[in-house]
Amino acid sequence: MAAKTLIINGKHVSAEENATILEAATEAGISIPTLCHLDGVYDAGACRLCLVEVAGISKLLPACTTKVAEGMDVSTDTERLRKYRRMTLELLFAERNHVCAVCVSNNHCELQTLAYSQGMEHVRFEYRFPKWEVDNTHALFGMDHNRCILCTRCVRVCWHIEGAGTKNESGRGAKERIITDLNQPWGASDTCTNCGKCVMACPTGALFYKGSTVSEMERDRSKLEFIVTAREKKQWIASE
Amino acid sequence: MSFLDLDEFLIELAGKVELVFSPVMDVKEYPENVDLCLVEGAVCNEDNLEMIHKVRRRTKILVSFGDCAVTANVTAIRNQLGLGNAESVLQRAYVEGAQSNPGVPREPGIVPLLLPRVMPVHEVVRVDYFLPGCPPPADRIKAVLTQVLSGVEPKLEGLQLKFG
Ligand code: SF4
Ligand code: FES
Repeated sequence: MAAKTLIINGKHVSAEENATILEAATEAGISIPTLCHLDGVYDAGACRLCLVEVAGISKLLPACTTKVAEGMDVSTDTERLRKYRRMTLELLFAERNHVCAVCVSNNHCELQTLAYSQGMEHVRFEYRFPKWEVDNTHALFGMDHNRCILCTRCVRVCWHIEGAGTKNESGRGAKERIITDLNQPWGASDTCTNCGKCVMACPTGALFYKGSTVSEMERDRSKLEFIVTAREKKQWIASE
Repeated sequence: MSFLDLDEFLIELAGKVELVFSPVMDVKEYPENVDLCLVEGAVCNEDNLEMIHKVRRRTKILVSFGDCAVTANVTAIRNQLGLGNAESVLQRAYVEGAQSNPGVPREPGIVPLLLPRVMPVHEVVRVDYFLPGCPPPADRIKAVLTQVLSGVEPKLEGLQLKFG
């Protein structure tokens, strides 16, 4: 495959033709904050945490869905990007009810970790405090919509890795939510195979194993990794 | 209360500051010309509202202290019930859940009325610095206090800013 050369943060980098900016950066040891990206499933560009600046283009581009191009000059850590990243995080916190202190994912949450690593010491926007349900109808797993950031990782692993198509999205904007099948209670789903991949993929405390309490939800991504490696590299081992 | 986890630093601190107001001190009125105030808790009732404005007027550096002050935290869960949430939580606690003498306590001038919405401190008054955590760990409190005492602009970074 033809290679492309580009510049990331002043450093010359070569990447495969079809690589995304995120892949090229990761390969070059440059880390870009991400939230909806999950190794092994296609990208959705849903969270906008990975926005980068590309010289000559005035709008910011998501690194996870933008392909590299010859001679591209990318910056991943500018004042402007830091400002927008923090704002995006604050909006995510303000949109639903993220109460870290009583969350199953406290201390193991990607949203929480990003917030402190990006210097978010408070949320400048007024919290919306919407009313959302918890779906506890499934025998093994629960879904708390209060903590969902609509990253769609669960939907993508369900369709792309498990091939079940149970998890879906409905509605738009602030009313958007994750549904099971055609909006049935999760426990009544005919398609759910109880594989738990959605729970392994979720970055926050929205999806959880039943019976877990505050800070107890630690996600094991090794199973996802195992399947993806088997599929892509035809190797039946987890890469770690 | 996690303030007490500062252990022996409390003794060092006692030599450097004059404590003028605290929940564990018998002082009724918040004094004038306070250098620094660590404000705990969200603004949830009329007393809190009056108090926080007074604290802001009389204080140079106001620190929003702990997740309840910074995010309103668990105390704001009632906001999710929408309009009329103040009445419904009182009904739930004092009427539906009562084993004897059901009835919402109403004592004007003594029992402060709940506000329609619980708010983090910075929604009500200007906040100078934020010290999150539930509860804020002692090393975080110490970091901020040490910075303030040595005249440096307090700044927490990374894990020191973790909510929860
Ligand atoms: S439930 Fe979890 S994985 Fe699914 S969209 Fe919400 S936050 Fe993302
Ligand atoms: S990681 Fe790129 S938009 Fe979410």
